[in-house]
Formats: sequence, C-alpha cells, structure tokens
Amino acid sequence: MTVAAIEPGKRFVRTRHVARKERQQSVAKWIFFSMTVAMIIPLVAIVAYLLWKAAPSLNWQFLVDVPKRGMREGGIWPAFTGTLYLVVISLAVSAPIGVLAAIYLNEYAKDNWLNRLINLAVINLAGVPSIVHALFGLGAFVYAAKLGYSILSASLTLAIMTLPVIIASTREALASVPMSFREACWNVGATRWQTIRSIVLPNSISGILTGVILQVSRAAGETAPIMFTGAVFFKAVEKGKLFSYGLDDQCMALSMHLYTVSTQVPNVKESIPFATAVVLLGTVLLVNVSAIGLRVWLRNRKKW
Amino acid sequence: MSAPSDKTIVVQDLRLAYGTREVIHGISFEVGRNEIFAIIGPAQSGKSSLLRCLNRTIDFVAGATMTGTILFEGENVRKTRDVFALRRKIGMVAPLPVGLPLTIYDNVAFAPRCAGMHDKHELDGLVERCLRQAALWDEVKDRLGSLGTALSGGQQQRLTIARALSHQPDVLCLDEFSIAIDPVTTMRIEDVLKELSREITIVLVTNLVQQARRLARRTMFMWKGEIVELGATEVVFSEAPADRRTYDYVHGIFG
Repeated sequence: MTVAAIEPGKRFVRTRHVARKERQQSVAKWIFFSMTVAMIIPLVAIVAYLLWKAAPSLNWQFLVDVPKRGMREGGIWPAFTGTLYLVVISLAVSAPIGVLAAIYLNEYAKDNWLNRLINLAVINLAGVPSIVHALFGLGAFVYAAKLGYSILSASLTLAIMTLPVIIASTREALASVPMSFREACWNVGATRWQTIRSIVLPNSISGILTGVILQVSRAAGETAPIMFTGAVFFKAVEKGKLFSYGLDDQCMALSMHLYTVSTQVPNVKESIPFATAVVLLGTVLLVNVSAIGLRVWLRNRKKW
Repeated sequence: MSAPSDKTIVVQDLRLAYGTREVIHGISFEVGRNEIFAIIGPAQSGKSSLLRCLNRTIDFVAGATMTGTILFEGENVRKTRDVFALRRKIGMVAPLPVGLPLTIYDNVAFAPRCAGMHDKHELDGLVERCLRQAALWDEVKDRLGSLGTALSGGQQQRLTIARALSHQPDVLCLDEFSIAIDPVTTMRIEDVLKELSREITIVLVTNLVQQARRLARRTMFMWKGEIVELGATEVVFSEAPADRRTYDYVHGIFG
C-alpha cells in the first residue's frame, strides 16, 4: 500500500482505515461488556428466584427454630449452627497450617526435586474430588483416629479438603510481592524472617485472606465430606442456642439439610428448601463480608 | 603493595558459576580504604554478580557457587559467622530505586530496627543524618510519614542511598545507580558520593564511563567475567591504556 501525500489541512481527517479501527475498537468493547452482563444475569436470577420462592418461610423464627414434624415445619437452627461449627473449626485448622506451609514453600524452600514434588502434590491434591476426601476422612478420622462420626471428624475432613487450595492461593499472593523488595531487605542485613514479617506479609495479606475467604464458601457448601464423617439427618438441639453442639457430637449442616429436605422427605412445603438455601447463601455472605472487613482494616493499619 | 590494613576489600581468584555456566573467571583485585573504586564494563560482564558475592546475597541465588576468597576488613566473607552483620557493613544500592512500601522514615529506620535499635530518639537522629547525607532531607523533612514509594524516581534513589547508609556501612556499593534518574539528580548524588568518600569506601559499578572518570581514583574494566584492565583512572581513560580493548570501550568503539 502506498501512502498518498496528505494535503495540508486534511491531516487529521477520518480515513477509511481509521473508521475500521474504531469499529473494531467498539466491537471488542461490546464483546467484553456483554460477557460481563452474561455473567451477572444468572447470578441475579438465582438470588432473585431463591428469594421469591423462599419468601413464605423466610422469617426470624425459621432461622432460630428447630425442625418439626420430620422437617415439614419449624426452622433450621441445628443445621445453621452445625454449619458454623464446621466452617469455623475446619478453617481454624487449615488456614494456619496452609498459610505457614505456603510461607515456607515460597520464602524458605530451595528449588530442588523434593520441593517440586511437594508442589506437584499440593496442586494435584487441590484437584481431588470432594467425595474422595470424604472417603479419606471416613477412614482416617472416623475409624483410624477413632474420632467417630463427629463434628471434629467432619471439620478435619473439610480442613484436608481446603488445605491445598489455601496453600496454592497463599503462594500466589506471596509471589506477587516483587523480588526487589526482598533483595532490598537482604541487602541491609535483614534476616528472612524480618523480611517476611515487615515487608512480604503486609503486602500480601489481603491476597492471602482472599484465598482463605473463598474456602469458607467451599467448606460451607460441600455435602459429601461431612455426610460421610459427621453430618446427620436430624439432631435435636436447644432452640436458638449458639453453642449447642459438643466437638464429639454429630451435627446437622445446611448443605446436608438442603439435600434431605429436597429429596429425602416427602410432602415438604416448597418454600422450606429454598429458605434453607437462602440461609446458606446468607451465612457464606456474612462470613465473606466480615473477612473483607478484616482485610480492609489490616490494609489501613500502617504497621502490624 | 601496601600493608593489608589499607585494604578494605581484597579479592583473590574469585570464581562464580550459575549452575555449570561460569560468569566470573578467577579475578583478583583490591580496594583501598576510603577510595572511590569504579568498575566499568558492558552488560553481562559479571559486575553485579561481583557485588552480590561481596555481601553474600549470592546465597539467595539458586545454583550459584562461589570459590576463591574475598577478604573484607581482613575477614573472609565466605566463612563469616554473622552474615547479617557483614551485610550491614556493606551498603548496597540497586540500579532501579526500590522504595520499600513503608513510610520515608520507616524506609531509613528499617535496617537499624532489624539490627535491634528501637530507641525513638536515637532513630530520629539517625534518620535525619542519613537523609541529610543523601541530600534528601530538605525535600522530605515535612512528610517523613508519607509513603516512600510515592517519591519521584530520583528521590527514591536518594532514599535507597539513605537506607544503605542507615546501617553505618564501611563500604557503599552502587550498582549503576543513575540509569533511572535524570542528569541533575545524578550530579547531586555524585557530589554526595565525593563527600562520603572522606569517611567510607565507595565501589561504583557504572555503565557511564564518564561517571567513573569524574569520580573514581582507580577504575577496573571488566569484560566477560575477567579483568581487562585495572589502574589509576587517568591511565584507564588516557590515550594509551595498557589494553587496546580498554581504549576502545572507553572511547565508545567497542564491538
């Protein structure tokens, strides 16, 4: 293509070539925008549909009451507290182990065959289906460790399940801290730990927390691992009491309860499973929001 | 040859390999006390690697093996027991300014704190002195609590110099400190260096041969991991250096 001489005064005129580029520009923008909309639509639709269907049963009494008449009436309090127990205990186990292991792997470990093997194992473990974790939990915690069908067994199984993902996401967050920061610290005689504590962790803590938060939803939502290890169809607890279980008790859980009222119990009011789902969703949301609050608070603190 | 006590750094037959690739092929040289010692040479000559050997941050590079000896104030750095104290004796300034994501004050107070200094009064004095030495104090004295990373490139580079001085080193190593900053700031830092060289030894790695000429008493020309020439700066930059390659490099006809 030859470039024609441009007349003075017509230098900034819109040519065909420019028009095509502009069209491509706007097409690209619209593709990305429409995909964003396409992603939001199902989300909004699901929440709206759930709320609409759940509306008849959705009230405070439903949350704090115990199930009655074989799940056909009453509330979901035991399942709600059960889920809180499982999520809190499992993350109390997996988050510290996962984060500390990730710090070791990313900051201390040398790049040798053993650590590459560990890496590979972690990544593969993260991809193991939850039902396999459930079987492992059944064998290891319920039978071998003699913890029985209990909240402890179920929580530990959930912990094992969330651990590799926490390790992977924490490593990702640590790796996003520029190497030059670490080198600057080493150059002035800081030890590895001083570097990690004062530079690496403050700059990766929000990423680390995001990874942990995502696992809250996973731990709260999984059914298979707890069904094999400690969650039950029905467990009588005191209505509205928060610490209603012991660690060696079996418990109800929202995800499991949702499954039973939807498929196992005949003639359940339609709104009950939907209301259960809304509570499950709300619980996860609540934990996420408080974790995000923690993250913002940590970020605003200058030193820690 | 003068007595060893005049020498801050003595390097003997230093070899460095990354895996099986040797990048420094057995070099020996000495740096005298309170001199400005320039190292010039094209990229990939092993200049930066040499500095890493000096303060043992080469330990952090996977697969790097160092042989030979480096004596720092008569102590073998490879056998030193407290490597952190060694690093505090050597100030290191990287090519690109790295302001740590901390306040200006904390950037300078970081190293002393790591070394266990926590007295507020003492730290205040030290921070001010270092920032003054790095010719940055007047620009930042009113905002010591703001983020160091928010400073301009030239200011950040002076901040890193202040940080390198904060642990009261005997040697200050600068690795191409001027590649990311403007000529005016460069000249200011060069003045700072001249001032500092009364008290401490300065090792200046630079790509700007004229900078070496302006500052250094002695200049070493490194190429492909070997020393081509080491001598008084006047000789290296004269019309007749000992090695033809030195002349070519210094006069920009190296190829």
